[in-house]
Amino acid sequence: MTYLFVGISFGLYVFIAIKSRAGSTNEFYIAGKGVHPIANGMATAADWMSAASFISMAGLISFMGRDGAVYLMGWTGGYVLLALLLAPYLRKFGQYTVPDFIGTRYYSTTARVVAVICLIIVSFTYVAGQMRGVGIVFSRFLEVEIELGVIIGMGIVFFYAVLGGMKGITYTQVAQYCVLIFAYLVPAIFISILITGNPIPQFGFGDRLIDQDIYLLEKLDLIMSDIGFQPYTSGLKETIDVFCITAALMLGTAGLPHVIVRFFTVPDVASARRSAGYALIFIAILYTTAPAVSSFARYNLFESTHNVSYQQAPEWFKNWEDIGLIAWRDKNNDGLIQYAPGNAFDPVKPKYLDSNGEFGERIIVNNSQVSSNNEVYIDRDIMVLANPEIAELPPWVIALVAAGALAAALSTAAGLLLVISASVSHDLIKKTLATNISEKKELFYARFSVFIAVIIAGLFGIYPPGFVAQVVAFAFGLAAATLFPALLLGIFTKSINKEGAVSGMLAGLIFTLGYIVYFKFLNPEMNSSLNWLWGISPEGIGTIGMLINIFVSIMVSKFTSKIPYEIEELIDNIRQP
Amino acid sequence: MSNRSKNIDRYWKKNIQIVSILLLIWFLASFGFGIIFANNLDEISFFGFKLGFWFAQQGSILIFVAIIFVYIGLMKNLDHQFNKDRDD
Repeated sequence: MTYLFVGISFGLYVFIAIKSRAGSTNEFYIAGKGVHPIANGMATAADWMSAASFISMAGLISFMGRDGAVYLMGWTGGYVLLALLLAPYLRKFGQYTVPDFIGTRYYSTTARVVAVICLIIVSFTYVAGQMRGVGIVFSRFLEVEIELGVIIGMGIVFFYAVLGGMKGITYTQVAQYCVLIFAYLVPAIFISILITGNPIPQFGFGDRLIDQDIYLLEKLDLIMSDIGFQPYTSGLKETIDVFCITAALMLGTAGLPHVIVRFFTVPDVASARRSAGYALIFIAILYTTAPAVSSFARYNLFESTHNVSYQQAPEWFKNWEDIGLIAWRDKNNDGLIQYAPGNAFDPVKPKYLDSNGEFGERIIVNNSQVSSNNEVYIDRDIMVLANPEIAELPPWVIALVAAGALAAALSTAAGLLLVISASVSHDLIKKTLATNISEKKELFYARFSVFIAVIIAGLFGIYPPGFVAQVVAFAFGLAAATLFPALLLGIFTKSINKEGAVSGMLAGLIFTLGYIVYFKFLNPEMNSSLNWLWGISPEGIGTIGMLINIFVSIMVSKFTSKIPYEIEELIDNIRQP
Repeated sequence: MSNRSKNIDRYWKKNIQIVSILLLIWFLASFGFGIIFANNLDEISFFGFKLGFWFAQQGSILIFVAIIFVYIGLMKNLDHQFNKDRDD
């Protein structure tokens, strides 16, 4: 069944790719500026909603409860900034890439190259996360090796990105949006009916349980408090940290090159505004469903496995244990599965021996975390994928979810690979290194750089660097601290000159990257709110990086030369509709 | 200042005004109701949700969508006015 669904959806993507081949650099980079705002809205939504949104987000929220709102608000609120502050003006500018705008507005090759570097760092950290998603889905649902799964996925992306460029990607993404949203909503609706009797998950989430006179969220708060967890609807994080993380995700969303470039593909400024609106509607359909899915999943998980004996545990529990994303050790020797606050094991991720314990569970070598009574390791990424199984939905729903998760991961990967290759072939080769090459030559370089980027992304998928998962969130902080302010100041001020912009971007990049590397890689044991600057975690530091960027840009511009007259004219021009 | 540049100037000022008001609403809906005042709003019950929790996980997103569509409408009128003044 899963083979069938995945096979049909892949066939569809290839068919669309053949139908919409690109013949010119204009078509390859920005689909000939002929995309309808609604189609572009869907493509933007698919481009934007990645494996992280589809697979990981609801799982994270499920375990974070209230604090999970940072992702919901952060990843949607950025669209308001994008629609009001960037998209219309960048569309009016009308060039191919984000570094193109920065290079032209700040009349400087250095600014262009700095922007390319920021873009590549941001986009590659992001693409690595997509490949992990593809790997998880393939190994669990298609029972092939992760390596083979990644190669199949890369082959498909390669095919339509190299052939069709932006044009092929756009129409494939429209199809992928339809697949992924259908796949997300169907199980959510089923589960909402099962738990609350309400077919609309957004309302079911706030409804009473089907056979009891108590609201789902109240019940969830009670269950959590009983076991010693924080109630589901109250948060643990400091307000300032929640504030900064949300802001960093919003600003980063508005500064992500693969999202911005989508607004270059529509016919005019008014369409750019409209397509930002449609994109947010299409995104909101998933993003308002996600917190409902999270609460259903948390409820179902505890109802079906907490204080249940391992031998009677449902099938899915053992399936996910088999592929290494769940682990259980009977700390109190009662044969029952029990959850409690804190990590169950040290180190957190389980390492399995090739033997089974007295109840048939897989034995792990990790030490028990003595400070916690928790007996279960459960990977956050499985919650959405396992949710239909936990709720005992029919197999075709589970197959649909697998196809949807792949659509989410592949559409985002393709969008990212395209902006990486466009910035290499257009900004580095055509505009910096070899300015006199023909369009045909440039198109060849564009295709060739997609090829290289696909290979590198594939390697990330097959040999995932251990830090990938944590790094993806930082792509936003970096985009917030570098590209977003440069674009914003470039449009809304005439005083920022090239010296200001370049030093601002570098200051934002170095500060944000430095803070993240210091706490995440050099001194992970110090990564707690006591040592953080004003209690702001590395996830939220991009907000401060952005303020530093703006401050440095303004200061340096004050003491250096004014921008040339023709740039003032360019700014006046992009400000008109 | 010529009529043309007056027109451009007026358009830009009006544009900034629209964007500022909408961003104020954006800030209130997310950072205001969803984060800063969320605990106070939680005292109020709203269709089975605590109100602050609802703003943080549902309401802010709906308001974001509304903001963009209000912006599209206002800018459409403004563009129309701008083009009329330019052609006069």
